[in-house]
Amino acid sequence: MTTGATNIETLAPKGGGFDPALVNKLMGKFGHGGFLNMEYVGHGDDWVELAIDWREDLVADPDTGILASAVIISLMDNATSMSIWTKLNEFRPQATMDLRIDYLRPSPSGQRVYGRGICYHLTNSIGFVRGYAHNGNPDQPLAHASGTFIRTGGQTA
Amino acid sequence: MTALYTALPPYARALDMTFVDEIDGVPVIGMPFADRVQGRPGFLHGGAISGLLEIAAIAAIHQALRAKGSDSNIKQVNVTVDFMRGGLNQMTYAVGEVTRLGRTMANVEARAWQEDRDNPIAMGYMHYLIKAKRAG
Repeated sequence: MTTGATNIETLAPKGGGFDPALVNKLMGKFGHGGFLNMEYVGHGDDWVELAIDWREDLVADPDTGILASAVIISLMDNATSMSIWTKLNEFRPQATMDLRIDYLRPSPSGQRVYGRGICYHLTNSIGFVRGYAHNGNPDQPLAHASGTFIRTGGQTA
Repeated sequence: MTALYTALPPYARALDMTFVDEIDGVPVIGMPFADRVQGRPGFLHGGAISGLLEIAAIAAIHQALRAKGSDSNIKQVNVTVDFMRGGLNQMTYAVGEVTRLGRTMANVEARAWQEDRDNPIAMGYMHYLIKAKRAG
């Protein structure tokens, strides 16, 4: 689920377009994104990278310090969601339809997690996304993600 | 992984998850609505729903392993989450079901709902590796 129309639309740059760094100041600082303290790292034409710092209260297994799987899901959800608006170069309301994560390896205790979301195809209704998470070296991913988002409003007839 | 029967892990406690009930001996996990689990205003974040599904799935698999007398560890391989409805500003529940528990892997489904268990807001489908503890 993504942060909604009302708030994000107010952040649209003057003259149109979409600025993921600006929008992350909302999605990464309030609500669940704020709880996880998601930070904007970078973006390109069709991708957005965000990051979350390791924290003791995000751990699912106190014996190993490994982060909860859902922390990676939240990270990839936000990064892939924002990659759609980045590719579109505008905001459109949408909801996550499904998201799959493959965990190639655990994210080691204490390490920052980066999540890169990529929008590889867009239709009028659906955004097709993929992405990966890593600890600083994109060539050594810890998880792969793929999913779809469905547009929930603002459809042209 | 520490047995979920006795205590929920830090991540679950941070999101205020608690054991609220049992269905056929499997723990039901509850999560109250709050700013820290909110996505777009007034709705749960998909990642927080996924977190509740994950904790319910792990609780179910621990219960199933314990019922078999096994002290094996588990390691998650993957998860697919289907989001069916927006999560509203109210209590959310989740329960896991171990659909197959083998020697080397387990298939688990978890369902999250609010007012009506027959109208899930999300479903999670997970695969776990079962790793026997080594002697000594």
